[in-house]
Amino acid sequence: MNKILLIIQREYITRVRKKSFIVMIFVVPLLILIMGGVIALVAKNSQQLTTLQVINVVDNSGIYAKKLKDKPNIKFIESQLDINKAKAISKDDENILTLFIPTDYVKDGGVQIFSKKKSAMQVTDEIERQMNEITLNNNMVLNHIDTAVIHSLKKTDISVKAVEITATGDKDANIGPNIAITIACAILIYISLLIYGGQVMRGVIEEKTSRIIEVIISSVKPFQLMLGKIIGVGLVGLTQFAAWIILSIISTKIAGHAFNSPASPMAGALATLQTIPFGYILGCFLFYFLTGYLLYSAMFAAVGSAVDSETETQQFMFPITLPLLFTYFLSVSVLFRAPDSTLAVWLSIIPFTAPIAMMVRLPFDPPGWQLALSMFMMIAGFLFTTYVAARIYRVGILMYGKKASFKELAKWFFYKE
Amino acid sequence: MLSIRNIVKQYAGHRALDDVSLEVESGKIFGLLGPNGAGKTSLIRIINQITAPDSGEVYFDGQKLNQSHIERIGYLPEERGLYKKMEIGEQMIYLARLKGLSRDEATKRLKLWFEKLGMETWWKKKIEELSKGMQQKAQFVATVLHDPDLIILDEPFSGFDPVNAEVIKDEILELNKKGATILFSTHRMESVEELCDSIALIHKSHKILDGRVKNIRNSYRNDTYLVEYAGAPLNFDGLQPFDIIGDTITDEDTNIIRVKLNGTNTSNDVLQYLIPKTHINMLQEVIPSMNEIFIEKVNQIS
Repeated sequence: MNKILLIIQREYITRVRKKSFIVMIFVVPLLILIMGGVIALVAKNSQQLTTLQVINVVDNSGIYAKKLKDKPNIKFIESQLDINKAKAISKDDENILTLFIPTDYVKDGGVQIFSKKKSAMQVTDEIERQMNEITLNNNMVLNHIDTAVIHSLKKTDISVKAVEITATGDKDANIGPNIAITIACAILIYISLLIYGGQVMRGVIEEKTSRIIEVIISSVKPFQLMLGKIIGVGLVGLTQFAAWIILSIISTKIAGHAFNSPASPMAGALATLQTIPFGYILGCFLFYFLTGYLLYSAMFAAVGSAVDSETETQQFMFPITLPLLFTYFLSVSVLFRAPDSTLAVWLSIIPFTAPIAMMVRLPFDPPGWQLALSMFMMIAGFLFTTYVAARIYRVGILMYGKKASFKELAKWFFYKE
Repeated sequence: MLSIRNIVKQYAGHRALDDVSLEVESGKIFGLLGPNGAGKTSLIRIINQITAPDSGEVYFDGQKLNQSHIERIGYLPEERGLYKKMEIGEQMIYLARLKGLSRDEATKRLKLWFEKLGMETWWKKKIEELSKGMQQKAQFVATVLHDPDLIILDEPFSGFDPVNAEVIKDEILELNKKGATILFSTHRMESVEELCDSIALIHKSHKILDGRVKNIRNSYRNDTYLVEYAGAPLNFDGLQPFDIIGDTITDEDTNIIRVKLNGTNTSNDVLQYLIPKTHINMLQEVIPSMNEIFIEKVNQIS
């Protein structure tokens, strides 16, 4: 037992010390932070103007000029100038725009705005909105309709809230963000199973090709070495995730401070985030990552032991990763639309596909017994693959120059000690 | 120290060891000889508990071989290898800790060894930065760092230049003097005669010969002598107390003949017969070298 700890320690420390590991820890949350920042900035920009836009209103109709109201960074000035002179001013200064309203604005080419650069969408939107309102008010006055009554009538604000009826009471059924986050988790599981499983395999191949394997297994049992390597690499993965989660929390806190005005879209996003049951999803994510990793990395270790170099692994890698790949593609395309279909249920119970399939089904509240069965199958599954892999591994690591095939691996499995 | 009894090891398709028994005495140097593919490595792996025999037993110090003995054995495999990307000091300590040493103890001993072999400056170097000879030296240190009672060396001198081979040989002898039992397999027959107290010869999964080197060589004495004399080559009439094997080798005015005693005659009879006839420079008994015994035995079987 003590020796397994030593092996875990070595596998963990040599990997955590690598520069690439440290870089990855910081680069990924930094990218997320930058992306969030860019999105927030874009959202903010699309709502507000950054510079003061002065609009000279040349109003030949005489209806609008006095009624246009200033908005932040938009200032309306009633102009007595001739339209051509006003246009000349706008031609010189990009921040002064000219709004031309002809006497009969329905004919005569309609309302026009002149500016040196293309006028911002917000400016034209604002003008259209205000002018429509003014026109509507005018029309109501003309038709003797009490505008005050109309305004009071218009004060309604209806939005539909999705509520799901459950045994424990009604609950918020807005699962959009949950789906997004569980699909993200499923993708993360898929990628990290391949990355860390691959690391285990390369580690085994390194030990075999450098021939240190014989020195090590004269001190520890092959099974201890395999287990130590798998656990050590797994801990590296968990460390990576933990670092990312902590950094993400810190960065969202910072982001939350930076865009703290209630109107900002970031606040809305943060509010949405709070509706996600993080504990539940995180718990399931860790469980499925760990058991899935143990299941697959044992097989990767067996493959690594059977070959003499990494190029020979191709023939084994494809069949092994096929279930993962298959579920991955199904998950991001079909499964989340039919989370209770027979296919989805089976995929989330078979251990080779469950880590991805079950993550995708999570927001749709799969029945408790299915979740329990799936988890039980995961544990049984990784115990099974570890047992099979260990039997192949103990023979494979001492075999050199033998072209391994699946038939050969099966033979190794039945070798006596 | 080590008692190997009736070991059988069967692989798919061939039998690597067939009813092999050996006794390795405590404090001695034991040589395991045999052509490639004879089963030496299979036997060594069984002693190291890397594989298990299909039948038969191994006793270590009178106890049946078990996990607790691993820490008392040091093993240098024929195919050397260390973690290429790991620093040498750290790696040696790791390997010693796998053999049950504490970190402090391993560090202390490693410093002594590095000093002894002039490797102090290597501590922080990665294995891939070292030359092949340096790597071998490091691996030897890793093998003996935990002060094992039994040191198993598979082809210990391959890969060393003559100077370093001598250094390693001296270290092996010193460890032996301090009480360690050495078991090594080799093809280098001269080192067998020089180092080994006892040997076993394995060929085609069978042990075909074992015993003390001196006894084996003596048992292969066959009353053959080399005689060198000066002057003209002699002609023998068949009445001499020996038979001539092969031709007389003449070089200027010295002649060498190979003679085999017949009947109950001794080397003294040979001299008595020759002295009146010629001038004798030398008479030497021909004892077959281990190399010759090895080749003879192997050829006999196959």
